Amino acid sequence: MSYKTMVGSLASYEKGSIELNDDLKHYAFSNIFEICNSSSPYERIMVASNLEYCAEVTRAEGVSPWYTAPHDEFAIVMEGEIEFEFYQLEDDEKPANEAGAVRLAADPKGKRMGKVTARRGHEVLLPQGSAYRLTSANPGVVLFQTMAGPESVEKWSEICVLG
Amino acid sequence: MNTEVTPEKVSVIASEPDPVLGYRSFQFGEFKFTRDAYFVHISWPKGVHTMEVDRFLRAMVRDIGWGFFYGWIFFDDVFGTQNHYGTVDIYAGTYSKGHKETGVDYLETYNTDDVRVAFETISKDWINEGYDPLSAPLETGSPLGAKQQEASGPLIRGFEPARRMLGLAGDVQPRSDETGHPINRAFADLDYDLPDIEAEPGFEDQIHAINLFDHIARADVTWNPSFTSITRACICCVTSEEHMLPVIHGNDRNEWFIQLTDEIHWNIQDKNSGNPRGRIVMKSGDICAMPADIRHQGYSPKRSMLMVLENGTPGLEEKYATGELEPFPITASRW
Repeated sequence: MSYKTMVGSLASYEKGSIELNDDLKHYAFSNIFEICNSSSPYERIMVASNLEYCAEVTRAEGVSPWYTAPHDEFAIVMEGEIEFEFYQLEDDEKPANEAGAVRLAADPKGKRMGKVTARRGHEVLLPQGSAYRLTSANPGVVLFQTMAGPESVEKWSEICVLG
Repeated sequence: MNTEVTPEKVSVIASEPDPVLGYRSFQFGEFKFTRDAYFVHISWPKGVHTMEVDRFLRAMVRDIGWGFFYGWIFFDDVFGTQNHYGTVDIYAGTYSKGHKETGVDYLETYNTDDVRVAFETISKDWINEGYDPLSAPLETGSPLGAKQQEASGPLIRGFEPARRMLGLAGDVQPRSDETGHPINRAFADLDYDLPDIEAEPGFEDQIHAINLFDHIARADVTWNPSFTSITRACICCVTSEEHMLPVIHGNDRNEWFIQLTDEIHWNIQDKNSGNPRGRIVMKSGDICAMPADIRHQGYSPKRSMLMVLENGTPGLEEKYATGELEPFPITASRW
């Protein structure tokens, strides 16, 4: 017996369904490929929220701003080939916010730490104390494990199934 | 509710082996567990309940491995455990309308370690070589019949949690051929390459990436989330799912499911009554919250990859239980 594993993409995904005798807002059901088909590059849209913690999804296309966060974040590539470039933060570049990703005001000044080129199914550490940016020649989809912060975009009514 | 709080140490007491089938019976507190060729029989003051043995063992070994997980683990609609993070309730009928109304429900509270030892003792005696309750049904033998040779492998496995991220030096390593975890038959059609990592000298321990799909595809266990990356108290778990979740989970906090591949069908029930609320079908790329006031049970027709996001902040269970926090994640002002 051979198996066919179904993995969604921007060009081809099939959304599931939610049929409940309950308020569908309590479940915030959405699909990351559908969201990224209509979002701007590097808009970090919150798709899961657990008090201060969240997951964000972004459409990776072109070069992102430089980001940093006062804690580890993680990125899972769900589509595309994405380059993650890392620089060490100088003391005066360290984020003042308590949680979540924030943009750097300018290019990072510290030492170059390296880069990771990641494809579908790869998970990348975005380490505390670093600045990072993403580059993607073609549209891709990246899911972040992070905390709610200045870059988080909430538009639940637009992305979730409500009826 | 008929409740017995037992804070002192309780030991499980084993009978002599049954002369026909060979299995022992066990007394733990006021609960008695016996099995025959097909079924497990659980009795307590005023009540008795019967479960199919495969379902009981699949639930019990996961309950042990999860450390009794978050909240309620219903082995079925009648019997299960609730984690209080230091103590554990074992209940029968406590969340079943019929049992409650007839007064035959029963709940007893024990120290966590005592429950773990009791469940391990029962499982070891009742699991025969060739049957693995952590595997998908298509990948293991039958639990039915008389006692044979006791299983020799580890009763639980796959539960070692990453501390920061899987694969970092000094942390838990991803599964591989070298660790004895080949790609599962159901994921053999995917390509598994490694990320390209170029670390500058001195930063080798910080520039890090893994193939997460490869790690999941090599899991030799099902419905068994394991920590892969941690942001403060936010825990990302991944798991391979096939056949049915052998418990009904009632969480004591909100959690989120992210369907990475394939699909899972979830039955949703009211947590307290067990009344059906409906169902959710999640396909690749779907994300959905599981609120703190439901029970859920999943069915995965083909082996699939699931990511689970949990908030492990201590004490959250009390805030949800007292109503300080609403039992759903996106509050009204955020819509």
